[in-house]
Parts: sequence; C-alpha cells; structure tokens
Amino acid sequence: MAEALLDVRGLRKSFGGVVATDDLDLAVKQGEIFAVIGPNGAGKTTLIAQLAGSLRSDSGRILFDGRDVTRLAPPARAVLGLARTFQITSIFPEFTALENVALAVQAHDGHSFRFWKDARSESRLRDPALAALDRVGLADRAPVTARYLSHGEHRQLEIAMALVTEPRMLLLDEPMAGMGAEESQRMVEIMLSLKGTQTILLIEHDMDAVFALADRITVLVYGRALATGSTDEIRANPEVRTAYLGQDEGID
Amino acid sequence: MAGSRQFMVILVVFALLAIIPAIAAWTDVPFYNDLGRRLMILAIGALSLNLIMGYGGMISFGHAAYVGIGAYTIGICAEHELVSGFIQWPLALASSALFALIFGAISLRTRGVYFIMITLALAQMMYFLGVSLDRYGGDDGLPLAEPSDFGGLIDLSDKTSLYYLVFALLLFCLWISHRLVNSRFGMVIQGARSNEARMQAIGFPTFRYRLTAFVIAGTMAGLAGVLLANHTEFVNPDMMHWTRSGDLIIMVLLGGMGSLVGPIVGAMVFLLLEEFLSGVTEYWQLIFGPILILVVLFARGGLLGFLTRKDDENG
Repeated sequence: MAEALLDVRGLRKSFGGVVATDDLDLAVKQGEIFAVIGPNGAGKTTLIAQLAGSLRSDSGRILFDGRDVTRLAPPARAVLGLARTFQITSIFPEFTALENVALAVQAHDGHSFRFWKDARSESRLRDPALAALDRVGLADRAPVTARYLSHGEHRQLEIAMALVTEPRMLLLDEPMAGMGAEESQRMVEIMLSLKGTQTILLIEHDMDAVFALADRITVLVYGRALATGSTDEIRANPEVRTAYLGQDEGID
Repeated sequence: MAGSRQFMVILVVFALLAIIPAIAAWTDVPFYNDLGRRLMILAIGALSLNLIMGYGGMISFGHAAYVGIGAYTIGICAEHELVSGFIQWPLALASSALFALIFGAISLRTRGVYFIMITLALAQMMYFLGVSLDRYGGDDGLPLAEPSDFGGLIDLSDKTSLYYLVFALLLFCLWISHRLVNSRFGMVIQGARSNEARMQAIGFPTFRYRLTAFVIAGTMAGLAGVLLANHTEFVNPDMMHWTRSGDLIIMVLLGGMGSLVGPIVGAMVFLLLEEFLSGVTEYWQLIFGPILILVVLFARGGLLGFLTRKDDENG
C-alpha cells in the first residue's frame, strides 16, 4: 500500500441525518483505473466532491501522493494534480473546443495576470490543447463553438481539458452518463488508450464499461465500501450480487 | 471573432466622430461639439462597464460612482488650487481604482441580484457623501475655476483640443480593452462568467481575477469622470446618482454586450435619441422606453449584434 497515489482513510460526510460517506477507506495505486460503483444514492457523487475538495469532509483524511489534502480548496488540489470532470457537462459553452482546452492549459501555466498578448495565438497554449483534442478524437472539431457539440463530444472535451493539465490522477464522474451505445463504446476506447499511463478514479453506472476498463473496483452501498477487489473478485462476490449487480444489471 | 462588419462599424463611428468639430464649425452650431464630447466621454464609461458586465458577467449597478469619484477628485483639487493635470489626473485615477478595489472586494463576494444590490448601495453611499460635502458645494455641486493644466502640452480650455483629446482617449481605451479581453487575463474573466465552478475546478482562483477586472473598469470609469469634469467644468453629486449608473447599463445593453464597440454605439444612440426626442416632447422617456424594450427583445446582442449578424453566422 506504500505506493498508493490516493489514500483515503475513515472518510465521513453526512447531510443532516443522512450519512452519505460512512467511514470509507480507499487506496488507488499509481497507473491503475480504479472504479467506484454502487446503486443510486450510494454516495458516489458525494465522494468525488470530497476528493476534489468542493465538499468539506466531516472527518477522516485524504492523502494524495503522501500529502494531506483534506483541508485544501479545489484549485489547490487541481494544482497538485487532481483533475476532475463533472457528471453534468461542465464546459464553457461560448468558447470553441480549442479555447476550452487552451483555458485548461493556461490554468497550469503560471498566473494569468497577463494583460497584453493575444491568448488565442499563443502556441504555448494552442499546441498542447490541440494535442489533447487529438488524444480524445476531437481534433477536427477544434474550431467549433462548444455549445454546438454533441453530448458525447462534450464528455470527450472534458477529458481533453483534464488531460491537458497533466494530472497525476483523473477523477471521472460518470463519463458515460446519458450516452448512447456507440458514444459509450467510443469513450471506452479513449479511456483504454489512456490506461497504464494515466491513473484514473472512475465513478460509473455503465457496468459493461466498468468491467471492460477497471483494474480494481470498490462497491459502494449507503456510503460504505461493501467490497473492494479485481473485476473477477467483484463479479464473484455474493454480497455484491445481491446488493447491486444481481438486480437488473447483467454482468456475465 | 471580430468580423469585418464590426471593423466597418468602428471605422464609420470614429470617422463620424472625427469630423464633428468640422461640421460644427461649418454649420456654426458649436453645440455639436459639445454633444460629441459628452457622447465620447460616456462611451468611455460604457466601454469600461462592458468590460465587467459584458465580458465578466458582473452587472454593476453602481458604475457611475467611479465616474463621480474621478470627477470629484478633479473638482476638489481645483478647489484647492491644485490645477496641474500631471498631478490631478493620476490622483483621480488612483482614487477611482482604490474605491473600486474596496467596493469590489466587498461586492464580489456575492452573486446575481445581491451583487447588483450591493454595488447599487455602495454607489448611493457615494452619492449621499457628495450631497453632504458642504465644503465642496454639497447638493449644488462645485464649479471648476479652470480645467486641468497641462502646461504648454495641451490647452483644455480650448474646446477643440479637448474634443480631440477625448477622441484619442476613447480610441486608446478601445485599444486597451481589445488587448485586455483577448489576453490570458481576458480569457479568465470570460471563463469565470461562463462557468465559474469549472474555472475553479481547473485551478483558477477566480476572485482575484474578477477583482482586478473590477478595478480596471473602475479606473477607466474614473478617466471618464476626469474628462467629464473638464468638459462641464463642474461636478455635482448627480453624476453618481443611481440613474446615471442605469444610463450606463442601458448604453451597454442598447449597443450590445457581445463586442467592444457595442457600448460606444450604445452611448451614441442613447444620447442622440435623448437629444432628438427631448426636442420633440418633454415626455421623451415615454418613447425611449419602448424603443429600448424593442431593441432588447428583437436585436439580441444589441444594435451591434443586429448590424454584425452575418459575422456570427460564420463564427
């Protein structure tokens, strides 16, 4: 466990009487794709908000690369290398795809109190942005205003925006949400191409995608980790089958 | 994309403004000069408001306060026989910047309606401060003994010199704004308007950028105030009244928030309509109101959005 990039210990969060995260332990290793699954209301989105820093934890500790980030605000965590995408598409709709990604490059290229030079023509911003768009298969859509991109393309754009910050770890909040089969398949391929080089914590409903991608899985139920293990272990776990998978999701 | 039509609009607007003194001299109606100057000064005010309102999404309902602070600094300096423009002007700009820094730091902690109300309240505070300053004319205002003195460099009591100074400064402000909104800083400001949560998620501490934009806009408004004081040779609290802030918002909306020239066109149309309609009837606002509503309803992006619609379709 020494090499865990993200180490979560005894994390808690409750909203009034509802316990959303209940004494949760997690350890994500460098380079792996780690998936968190669970039924609706299991506390998945709460967890990602706690990890990204937009939600204060009641107790427990979050160690990122050995450093305690429990009290850090989202921008500070982003600078340390934790990049998040949102469950609901969160982009800059008035900007072009390229400008969206260039803005993410800019975020990690020192301060932005630069008032004079035309940002759109700076190759320091453009080149990495174009490269990231290419990695997620959006290179030919670079000049399109983001508002006019499809839902699937928005998600690809978000991943490009996260990638360009060269994050130590990607937090992906349901990247396949609301996608058709074809779009999901494309997203799986994009993520497979990142596998091994990019540490990813993935929260996802789409079981086919999760089992195709993940190295290890934690099953979350009512804020607790019901089981953690490899895809085969999770598939075989009887508790998991009754709590979640058995209901309506085929996993065979 | 700043399209070719937008460039045409800029060209036409500034060509028009450039020949107004000649027209005034030729037709022997010096009033045109006066109107042109006022128009350009208010255009600087509207341009500065648009930086935070149009590009930054910060709807300040107290922007006239910074115009007033700039103007009052000139007035108060002149009252104490400090007439050198080399001292007056930097002092006025610094005062506007300082107040924008303080007021911005307070109001930018809120969003939406609360932001509008706080900026309004702070500006009204300045208005009542002006009213209560008996030493500097209080309610009646303060006449300037003489305009800012720049030695042999330029004589502001010569109205044509003043006209072309205002003209040059408007162009300068437009150029500065153009660089600003297209710079890295400008991208951050527009990003924060578009999706602030996302900006923070990718690592931008948005508050300090928004505050900086607020101070820049306040300083530019202060410059408008400096020019206004020299133009009317008089300052009074009315310059800071909330209806003046409302006028600036209307100019921005009328001309269009989406572009830099929009507010300049807005200020022109606003003043020309005011001038024309108030000559027709005392109740000119009865006509002006519906015109404004029509523009907002049917010309999205204001008059400039209407004029440059072709550009957008290609963009």
